[in-house]
Order: sequence, then C-alpha cells, then structure tokens
Amino acid sequence: MSDKKSPPIGGVIERGGTAHEYTTGGWRKFKPVVDHEKCINCLICWVVCPDSAIIAEEGKMIGFDMEHCKGCGLCASECPDKITAITMEEEAD
Amino acid sequence: MDKHTEVRWHGRAQQGIVTAAKLLGESCMQAGAYVQAFPEFGPERMGAPVKAFNRVSETPIRRHCQVTNPGYVLIADPTLISGVDSGCGLTAGANEDAVYIINTAKSPEEMRSELGLVGKPARVYTVDAAHISIECIGRMMPNTPLLGALARVTEVVPLESVIENFRKNYTKKFGDKVIEGNVKAMQRGHDEVKGL
Amino acid sequence: MAIARNKREQMGLTGNSAVAMAMKQVNPDVFPAYPITPSTTVVEEFSSYVADGAVDTEFIAVESEHSAMSACVGAAAAGARVMTATSSQGLALMWEVLYIASGLRLPIVLCDGNRALSSPINIHCDHSDTMGARDSGWIHLYSETVQEAYDNIFQAVRIAEHPDVMLPVMVCLDGFITTHAIENVTPIGDEEAQEFVGEYKAKNSLLDTDNPVTVGAMALQEPYMVFKYQQSEAIKKAKDVVIEVGKEFEEKFGREYGLFESYRLEDAEVAVVILSSAAGTTKVAVDELRARGKKVGLLRPRLFRPLPHAEIAEALKGLKVVACLDRTDSMSGFGGPLFNDVRSVLYEVENRPLIFGRIFGLGGRDYQVKDALAVFEELLSTLETGKVDELIKYITFDPEAPLSVDGSGC
Repeated sequence: MSDKKSPPIGGVIERGGTAHEYTTGGWRKFKPVVDHEKCINCLICWVVCPDSAIIAEEGKMIGFDMEHCKGCGLCASECPDKITAITMEEEAD
Repeated sequence: MDKHTEVRWHGRAQQGIVTAAKLLGESCMQAGAYVQAFPEFGPERMGAPVKAFNRVSETPIRRHCQVTNPGYVLIADPTLISGVDSGCGLTAGANEDAVYIINTAKSPEEMRSELGLVGKPARVYTVDAAHISIECIGRMMPNTPLLGALARVTEVVPLESVIENFRKNYTKKFGDKVIEGNVKAMQRGHDEVKGL
Repeated sequence: MAIARNKREQMGLTGNSAVAMAMKQVNPDVFPAYPITPSTTVVEEFSSYVADGAVDTEFIAVESEHSAMSACVGAAAAGARVMTATSSQGLALMWEVLYIASGLRLPIVLCDGNRALSSPINIHCDHSDTMGARDSGWIHLYSETVQEAYDNIFQAVRIAEHPDVMLPVMVCLDGFITTHAIENVTPIGDEEAQEFVGEYKAKNSLLDTDNPVTVGAMALQEPYMVFKYQQSEAIKKAKDVVIEVGKEFEEKFGREYGLFESYRLEDAEVAVVILSSAAGTTKVAVDELRARGKKVGLLRPRLFRPLPHAEIAEALKGLKVVACLDRTDSMSGFGGPLFNDVRSVLYEVENRPLIFGRIFGLGGRDYQVKDALAVFEELLSTLETGKVDELIKYITFDPEAPLSVDGSGC
C-alpha cells in the first residue's frame, strides 16, 4: 500500500520495483560467500537467484545484495562443480 | 384486427413455422403494431412437432407466457391432426370462433370434421401450401403460402405489408431467386385459399 | 384495425439480437466468449460483426467459460473495455473468476441469458445461474423485455466504469422467453450510443511498460479486509450511479429506468415482488384485478445487487401482504433468494406487511396470467384472515400430480 489512507482500488500495486523496498536480508541463516579467484563469471548464480540478489556489472559477478539475499543457497548449489566459487557460511549471531 | 391478437402455429421442425411467425411479427410491427414472435423451444429435431406463437397488439405487450388461447391457429402439417402425433392439442384452448388455416389439399369441410369442429363457430380454411411451395420454391416450405392465406382471410396484416417486409429484410440473406419464389408462393396462398 | 404508425423507427428483434446489436454499438475492445444455449446467438452475431469489420473488437474464441472470464480479466486489467455473454453452466464454470473480476475492480459487462442449472439437464429459463452468483461482487441488472435488455447494455457500461464503482455488471434476461422472442425495439443511433458510453480510459494498464503495475497481488490478514471494505463501499455506491445513469438515459432516449419498477403500488394493499419477464405477465393480472376494484400492485426489482434495501422498504411499507416470487430455489430449505432478501428488508419496517415466498417456473415451466391471479387470490385471502397459510411453497406445480401439464412435446 503506497498510501495508507487511500489504498489503490482492486489492490493494484501502481508502480514497479516495490519489492526492492522490502528487505529480506534478515531472513538468512546461511550467507553466500564468493571466492573471486575461482569465479569464472559464468553468471549462472545471477540467472538462478530468486531474489535478484547477485550483483553483476559488465559481465562480471561482483558480489551479493545482502539486503535482499535470503540465504537460500541456490547460487552455491548451482555454481559449477569444478569451480565451487560460492559457498555458504553460517551467519554470525 | 382485435386490440390484442394471438396466433399459434403448428408444424414440424424445418417446415419454417418459426420463420413464418417471425415474418408475421415483423410485418405487423412495420405496420405500427406491438408484436411478439417466439417459438416453443426444445431440442432441434427435424420432423418433430413444434409450435410457434405471435401476439399482435395496439398497446405494449406485457405477457411473456405461451399463447394458450389463440384466435388464429395455423397448421403447416396435416399429419399432425391424425396419426402418431395426433393429440398435439391443435384446437386446445383456442377461442370458440378461432380461425384455422390448414396446409392441405382437402376441403375446409373435411378439415372441420377432422378437427372436431362441426357445428362450432370456428372458421376453417385450407390451402394446398405444400403443392404451392414445391411449384414456386422447388421444395416443401408451407410457411410462406400459409402467410399469404392468413393475410387474405384475416385482417391481421395486409399481404402487401408481408411482401414488403420480406423483400426489404431478407433479400440480402436469401438472394433474389428465393425471395421472388416465396413472394409468388405468398401471392398464390393468398389467392388460392379455400373456405371464404 | 387501423394501426397508427409509431413515431420512432422500430425493429423486430430477439433479445439476443438486440443485445448483440447494443454490444456492436458500444464497440468494446475485447470480447472473449464461449457460446452456450440460450445466449449462443449473442456470441454468434457479435462474432459476425467482428468478421464483417463492423466493430474494432478483438474477438477471442476460448476453450471454456473459465477461460472466457479469465481472458476478460486479463484484457480488462490491460485497460480494455470488455464484454462477454453466457448462460447457466457457462456462468457456473466462470465462478471463481467472477470473484477475481470484482475483487480486482474490473468493469467487465456480461450478458446472461438466464437458464436453469443441471441436473437434470435443462436449457430453459430460470434464475438459478445468476442467483448463485448474486454474492460474487457483480452488479446485477434484471431485464423484463427485449427493449430493456438492449437499453441495459449501454447503462451497464456506464455503471461499471463509473470511477466511484469500477465493478463488473451482469445484464440478465430470461432465456428463450426474452432471448429468443422477437419484440418491438426502438434502437438508439450508433453515434448517440457512442456518445452515451463515452471513451473508457482505464487508470492502469498491464501493457503500459513505462508505468508498470502489479495486478492480483496477495493481501493477507490486514490489507485483505481493507480491499474488501473498499469493494463493499463501491458496490453500495453503485446504487446512486444506477439512478444517475438511468436518469441520463431517460433524458436522452425517453425510456425510464430506476432501481425497480413500481406498478400500481401507490394505494395497493397487497403486492407481488418478482423479477424479469414474469413481471410483465403479472402486470396483466394486476390490471384485471384492479378493474375489479382490488387494490393490488407489483414491484419489479431491476437492480438486484446491490440490493436497494432502503428504497424497497419504503416502497413496500404501506402494504398489508407481500408475495415474493422466485424463479429459483436456493435449496436452503427456506425459500428463494428474493424472498429472503425482501423479508429481511421488511424487518426494519414498522407494522411490516405479512410476507410469503413462492417458487415458480423452474426450468422454463410456463408462468401464466392465471398463475399470477392465483397468487393474488392467496394474497387477498391472507389480507382477510391476517395469517399466512404457508410461508414457502412451489407454484405452477401440483405436488400431487407433478407431471399433469402437457408433456406431449408438441
């Protein structure tokens, strides 16, 4: 709801990208860590990430959007077996 | 015509009585009357007995039920009178002095007796609509000759109005040959009806 | 008889042809449909208009009514003016999507040729189909005649798209009795029609990629109720919009439409409340009894959802006895929906009239003037005794001889 007093009729969300405003980084139990030495920038992680939390620039994997990454581990699981550049580590308390 | 006239058509599916009711309704409407034209609906089965109805009135028509007490009964198929489909209620509910027009080569007297109307004030007319339609249209379509006969023996609507409406509204659908064949059939039904 | 030619040019049209013609004159953007008896010819004739280039409409032939209504929702969410037609099982198959259409506040116009629901299979008129959808959040307009069905299509567009409303509208007409009967219709001109409905400019469009929106988002415990409250307020507002649009229609085209029709009700002691074509037949009985000095009248709701409860209460408050005739049974064991609603409406009325419910004409069973007269007879005898004999009963029907009507099929 963009305006709490007069929510849009029919529950329409009247602009795009509102999910960005909803941070889900706190949901993580495990966090992804990337070893840039090993990473071949295949960007499979960028494709599979359900939260668009892989930051890529000019064809290179830069890192993670930790405000939105829920720690699902898909990126680590799909990182090619011979590479394993992404691993999951327990989130510090 | 009375202030409020009710017509019941009896026939078999594919004999064109629904179209006849439609044509009658349209013609009366174009002459300025309030009308209804509607069939008694059911699954469409060629040859099965069917009914269609008209109401024609000087004032707006409010009732939306079936016609149960017609002043005019048109019978497009004489085999409905006797045989397997007798009991179709051809005379049921009809006014004592109702007008009957029957597609048959027989005489009005014979039909009066077959319908059980001897000695009753009903007016019975016949017209060989089947024969006329085969000659004019090339197929058995008794509806338009019956309309012609109706125009002659009653004052529901003049023949000219029926023909005018038919030419005006159906030329696009049927083409000139079918239109003129039917116009001829209406004219002959009008001229050849017996019992006047 | 010398018939005076009517002033305005008239056409002899079946209910379905008239509805299809009205839809052509509206020229909607999208028309998804799946044909079903008795509304088939609406779809058939409209698709001919599309094929002939008489409209600019995108006709979507779908594989089921569920898909038809889904396509309506999608197209309406994209900002299109959308129409469709259905009946009976078709409306039943649209069910879950009907609620989505109203919840998303999409101004879709649907024409329903009222038909019984299976089983047993029956193609004829009763109101089981739309009455089942009475609480789906759609606005329901019931039409007595072909003319009214035609006129209601234009008004439905305006009501649905009104910014205070933004809800789908169902225009109901009686299957076969009205859909397939030719009656006099005074059409309005194409330009007048366009002028009346105006151009529809949707607030949002799914296809506007420059201004992306999300339609159909989830709304859990807190927001869900907010949106339902909004919807409830909107359908309440529809009542005023129906009046306003009806007035404008009357000013332009001379035919009067309100929330309901009161017929000889002013000084009546007893009255029948009844919907659609059967109201016409009942009016004949009213006239007959009035001629005999009986104070009888009729109320025919046109707007059934939202229910104009305060106005109905006002119209019925002076009566002594009321009979509600339902062309459906709600199977609640407590009469039909019209009976239940009107009975509830009367609860607030001081010295409220006695009321009973009668169920008639299911599956197209004929309802004749004599049946209406019999109801009035019951009303008048109740007036005398001051006591309702039977609260709810089936009429046009004898339980002792249920198949006594002419079942010969000819």
